[in-house]
Amino acid sequence: MLTMPTLWISTRKGVFHLSSDTKRKTWKLSGPQMLGHIIHHVVQDLRDPKTLLMAAKTGHLGPTIYRSTNRGKTWKEAKQPPAFRKANEGEESRAVQRVIWLTPGHAKEKGTWYAGTSPAGLFQSKDAGETWVPVAGFNDHPMRSKWVQFGTPDGEFLHSIMTDPRDANHLYIGISIGGVFESLDGGNSWLPLNQGVAMDYAPDSTAEFGHDPHCVVMHPLKPDRLYQQNHCGLYRIDRPSNMWERIGKSMPKKIGDIGFPVVLHPHDADTAWVFPMDGTRVWPRTAVNGKPAVYRTQNAGKSWQRLDKGLPASQAWLTVLRQAMCADTQLRPGVYFGTTSGEVWGSNNEGEAWKCIAQRLPEIYAVTVAD
Amino acid sequence: MKTNICTVHVASPLRSYTKGATKVIAKGASLQEVLADLDQQFPGMRFRMIDEQNHIREHIRLSINTQMTNDLMHPLKSGDVLHLICALSGG
Repeated sequence: MLTMPTLWISTRKGVFHLSSDTKRKTWKLSGPQMLGHIIHHVVQDLRDPKTLLMAAKTGHLGPTIYRSTNRGKTWKEAKQPPAFRKANEGEESRAVQRVIWLTPGHAKEKGTWYAGTSPAGLFQSKDAGETWVPVAGFNDHPMRSKWVQFGTPDGEFLHSIMTDPRDANHLYIGISIGGVFESLDGGNSWLPLNQGVAMDYAPDSTAEFGHDPHCVVMHPLKPDRLYQQNHCGLYRIDRPSNMWERIGKSMPKKIGDIGFPVVLHPHDADTAWVFPMDGTRVWPRTAVNGKPAVYRTQNAGKSWQRLDKGLPASQAWLTVLRQAMCADTQLRPGVYFGTTSGEVWGSNNEGEAWKCIAQRLPEIYAVTVAD
Repeated sequence: MKTNICTVHVASPLRSYTKGATKVIAKGASLQEVLADLDQQFPGMRFRMIDEQNHIREHIRLSINTQMTNDLMHPLKSGDVLHLICALSGG
């Protein structure tokens, strides 16, 4: 069925949306909604497509979540946003600074959502985002403080929350900086899953945790396969193996395998897209040499193809953050990315050619697809 | 028991809670009680200013009459004026 995808553009100054025709050739920008609010993520609930959640704060005010039950026409604040439990005397005192990530729970657990925060915290809602409670199995895990010990001064954060479509109790999370962790019991206990992942900055590069996954994705049709764009390379794992394979080694050496997002083809677990960035010297974190390009693999990372038709050929120092790239679910998927300089680029042919579909927006934090 | 009533000046980022009102009335004998009353009247407002560990958020300032305070136990008396101030630099 041909649908008309909508892109939700979360920015530092509000949320915008782009709606398309069925061929995804023309796009109409509308918004902003929540002008002036810092929006980290807007996510649709595919179990109940009228419902969307939005992770928000403002420069002055603390973090919260807004809910829409009419496909984003109007928004209402959650009654009880994510918050850590009150610290006991002598305990580390943690307060949510940002809600960075939202993920609907398992298809059979309608109304269940997960949220990831900075500092790294995992929260769950069972009423479609109206009220949230801490997931104690992670937030109070005796190893948590060690897992996140390399966290940056502006706060480590928890992202890439994934539920195995075959088992609601099987969860993965990514923590930047901390690593990838897995739970087999609905979040009550967690184990690191970082073998094979480089950690070039750490005193002990063989440690079980302390890694910096920028983005981790699980293929919905092949949930044993995960891809990871890490601070130190690009990886794939096929469970039950516990060993990540550095598939970024097959990227051109002059481009490298550093970046923020990794996006999967909805119908083909061997196809993925990344947006490489310059991670050399002082880490400019821009398109390599000012020549932006998306790279695609169609064989699970054995080889990569440069896709830059339509993108600026030079002097384009774009940065694409971890949540700012996505694909729609059409038979021939569209791929989209937003930049920190406020442009949205789209391709209606799997990245073969690109077109700028919005510009002069505020700094873009996330681009997500909705029906 | 006498109820202390004070006037609260609401900074613009918080007026979505007060339906645009720049000034509201709240009750309480301490800053904490007044903030609790504000949250009763305008659900969710307190958490945007005070975090889950009872700390005033980084970009919020609270002033009782003309005196700034970080003490949520600070007493208030009837007629006091509380200013909820939002403080942020840059663009």
